[in-house]
Amino acid sequence: MKLIFDKSVSSRRGPRPVPQEMEMCAVFPAGLLRDKPADLPELSELDVVRHFTELSRKNFGVDNGFYPLGSCTMKYNAKVTERVSAYPGFFYLHPLLPQLPSGQTLVEGALEVLYEMDMLLREICGMAGFTLQPLAGAHGELTGTMIMAAYHRDRGNDRKTTILIPDSAHGTNPASAAIAGFDVKTVPSNADGVMGLDALAAAMNDTIAGVMLTCPNTLGLFNPHVREICRMVHDVDGLMYCDGANLNAMLGVCRPGDIGFDIVHVNLHKTFGTPHGGGGPGSGPVGVVEKLTDFLPISVVRKAADGSFFLDYNLPKSIGYIAPFYGSFGVILKAYAYIRMLGRDGLKRVSQNAVLNANYIREKLKDHYDLPYPQTCMHECVFSASRQLACGVSAMDVAKALIDRGFHPPTVYFPLIVHEALMIEPTETESRETLDAFIDAMIDIARLAEQDPAAITNCPKTTPVGRLDEVQAARKPDLASLGDAKTQ
Amino acid sequence: MPFIANTDEQRREMLTEIGMTEEDLFASIPSEDRCGELDIPDGLSEQEVRHHMASLAGRNRTDLMSFLGGGFYDHFLPAAADGIVHRSEFYTAYTPYQPELSQGTLQAMYEYQSAMCRLTGMEVSNASMYDGGTAIYEAIMMSLRVTRRNRVVMDETVNPIYRKMIRSYTRNLGIALVEVSHENGQASRSKIADALDDATAALVVQTPNFFGVIDDYTDIAAMAHEKGALLIASVYPISLALLKTPGEMGADIVVGEGQSLGMGMHFGGPYLGFMTTRMKYMRKMPGRIAGRTVDADGRDGFVMTLQAREQHIRREKAMSNICTNQNLCALTALTYLSLLGREGLRDVAQACADRAYYAQDRLLQIRGIRLRYPGHWYFNEFVLELPVRADEVIRRLLQKGVAAGFPLSAYYPDMEMSLLVAVTEKRTKAEIDFFSHVLEVSL
Repeated sequence: MKLIFDKSVSSRRGPRPVPQEMEMCAVFPAGLLRDKPADLPELSELDVVRHFTELSRKNFGVDNGFYPLGSCTMKYNAKVTERVSAYPGFFYLHPLLPQLPSGQTLVEGALEVLYEMDMLLREICGMAGFTLQPLAGAHGELTGTMIMAAYHRDRGNDRKTTILIPDSAHGTNPASAAIAGFDVKTVPSNADGVMGLDALAAAMNDTIAGVMLTCPNTLGLFNPHVREICRMVHDVDGLMYCDGANLNAMLGVCRPGDIGFDIVHVNLHKTFGTPHGGGGPGSGPVGVVEKLTDFLPISVVRKAADGSFFLDYNLPKSIGYIAPFYGSFGVILKAYAYIRMLGRDGLKRVSQNAVLNANYIREKLKDHYDLPYPQTCMHECVFSASRQLACGVSAMDVAKALIDRGFHPPTVYFPLIVHEALMIEPTETESRETLDAFIDAMIDIARLAEQDPAAITNCPKTTPVGRLDEVQAARKPDLASLGDAKTQ
Repeated sequence: MPFIANTDEQRREMLTEIGMTEEDLFASIPSEDRCGELDIPDGLSEQEVRHHMASLAGRNRTDLMSFLGGGFYDHFLPAAADGIVHRSEFYTAYTPYQPELSQGTLQAMYEYQSAMCRLTGMEVSNASMYDGGTAIYEAIMMSLRVTRRNRVVMDETVNPIYRKMIRSYTRNLGIALVEVSHENGQASRSKIADALDDATAALVVQTPNFFGVIDDYTDIAAMAHEKGALLIASVYPISLALLKTPGEMGADIVVGEGQSLGMGMHFGGPYLGFMTTRMKYMRKMPGRIAGRTVDADGRDGFVMTLQAREQHIRREKAMSNICTNQNLCALTALTYLSLLGREGLRDVAQACADRAYYAQDRLLQIRGIRLRYPGHWYFNEFVLELPVRADEVIRRLLQKGVAAGFPLSAYYPDMEMSLLVAVTEKRTKAEIDFFSHVLEVSL
């Protein structure tokens, strides 16, 4: 389909937002002006709406169908949360208002949301304080590792150079630790798929600033040694970081703070039902235990004795500013509304159903696909397509065959420790009927992989394009249509 | 239970079929690791939650006649943009890992990249970053990779909020960060010349700068290049519909806050960081990028590309820890730019400047008020020097329902009488006249 730029018709106009009420007062000298107008499309409003409507039809979201993308928690995004986040009293609120003299009284409702959200997340995670500022999960990881650095610096401990991360971790963990200034050392998982005490002990010494663990981990497994791991790390004055990407599995059942974690980030766009937006905006609040609250980013929302709310900028030990303001407020609003609708019992039902759905899939597919870690899983299960690969059908082929059967594929080739990984996270919002249809499709694909592999390896056939040439895309990058824009 | 499909009956059946009990589901969590009942209120109905949120929203003052900017602007948002972005095929999708199912997102990313290149006068763009401040930080890190140097010079007229962010982020990385003070509200050529040396990786500047001054950095780009440093320019994208582009000035990396391209102010986010650069630095650029390619039948299609730079492949050696982009915000910007188009965006930019100059004329007629930094061209924001403390004036005007601007003493302690005033196309002549009147009588 044509690019929007290629649909442009000279002098055609879209909506006209500016009232023609004022004469031209600003006449800039030619030297300050651009040579040529920016070569943006010239289209009617309908042209633009049709273009993007057509694009949207080439997309697949949770509203289109089952989206069991492991570790991403693609649950239903409640429509009401979209509505409340867009209320004019939130949408048009200028972020600098509270910095005006007595400006905090101009944004009382917004500050209350931030404060209450902080309290809810503390209770859910068992932490002493949260910052809502991190703008995504990876940004939360960076914030958390910066807090680790600040903690050790504050104690005058300059030997804390290294962070340990298991080999099953998401790539953002080592990347975040590295740009917070740490060296990263990888700890191999044991035969049960979790970080074992022996491997940790072998890597442990007093240069260890902390350990980042995803809990439950990316295999969907809860590490039974986690309390002991926390103790070992605390013994060398290290800090325990919980990547809360998989918090959906534990809501109302167990809390990172109770087990011994010192820092946790949560992904509002995973656990708390805010939309993924095709890849952002997310939101990755970070919670800490009492001894780390002084290091939280500036500013922190507090409640005064008279019940009013204010922003505290006087935080001398803080890691400083990590975001321009108070976080991804529009996203926080949605997550706040979602938590308030679920309430105490609803939160627990989320994890119960997420874990049931994952185990239902695990049990129903375990005879058809290899299951390298066969124990009871939590919110997701990870199969291997190695049996199918012997017939010439890879995990990627299975994924493409699912597309033709109306499903979004699971995460493939991650975690890295599983050969030909198929990582399936159904979430609690899916019904048994949907799971059964998916299971039937997976079984059918496994059957065809043995009987007629070509029927799988030439998928997808139902999509606007077939498999795309990614090698050429990287070798000869075509990253923009520059039009008549001046190029150097 | 809201948003959960399975009935209790179905749950029982499913458990029976797989030979498990409710207790088995969580058996891997040792009992000492379990928590008790959470202290969280009972769930609200949809009606209750809407009422609750509406009452919270009602306690925020969005009714003020606002002249507040500071890098975050109240522009008019066409209804069609909202309609497009709220198509759930876009907003309920995730990262386009499966390109065959994501051509909508991927083509929009490519078109967004194209639009940002055309607007900034550059050759390559990523698919967006968190916000304008983190985009500067990522540009700085990119300049370190390009030059293999470790020192950064930043002009003091760069948004002070972003400068605070840069200080936090560079603290653990052993980067020498030098901030250069301004001269009459503009980047000081002589001080910058003194600050640049052969170890400098990048010089960071902003136009229009935090005081609203339009600055042509062509000479400064040459100064940076002479020392082998890159010029990082942070820009206000609306202004580029009219003004000389950073590409024309010779900038190497262009970044900025894209909120003005169709996003609400939303009390600070979600916003949009953008980044464009020269083709020669393409492989050093952080962030997600979409590229155009073909399928086996020769049909055009789009994929995420140059992924060898990214964390899921490179882990601790990645160029950035960023996992996603601000995809829906980038889509918003693209729809905004497409709806307004070549002429419409220029109309908006011209209207902002016209109204700001009209406001300047009116306000400078008030006795005792002068322009703090005379002799410059301004886009839509300027600094007034008042005869009294800016704090006091803001307080008095709030009583009249007017947010007069931002008190610069919040970030520049010696500027207690200085008020930063912003005007967008949403402010009418009558509102500017009213503002001028209430300001005059408040003194």
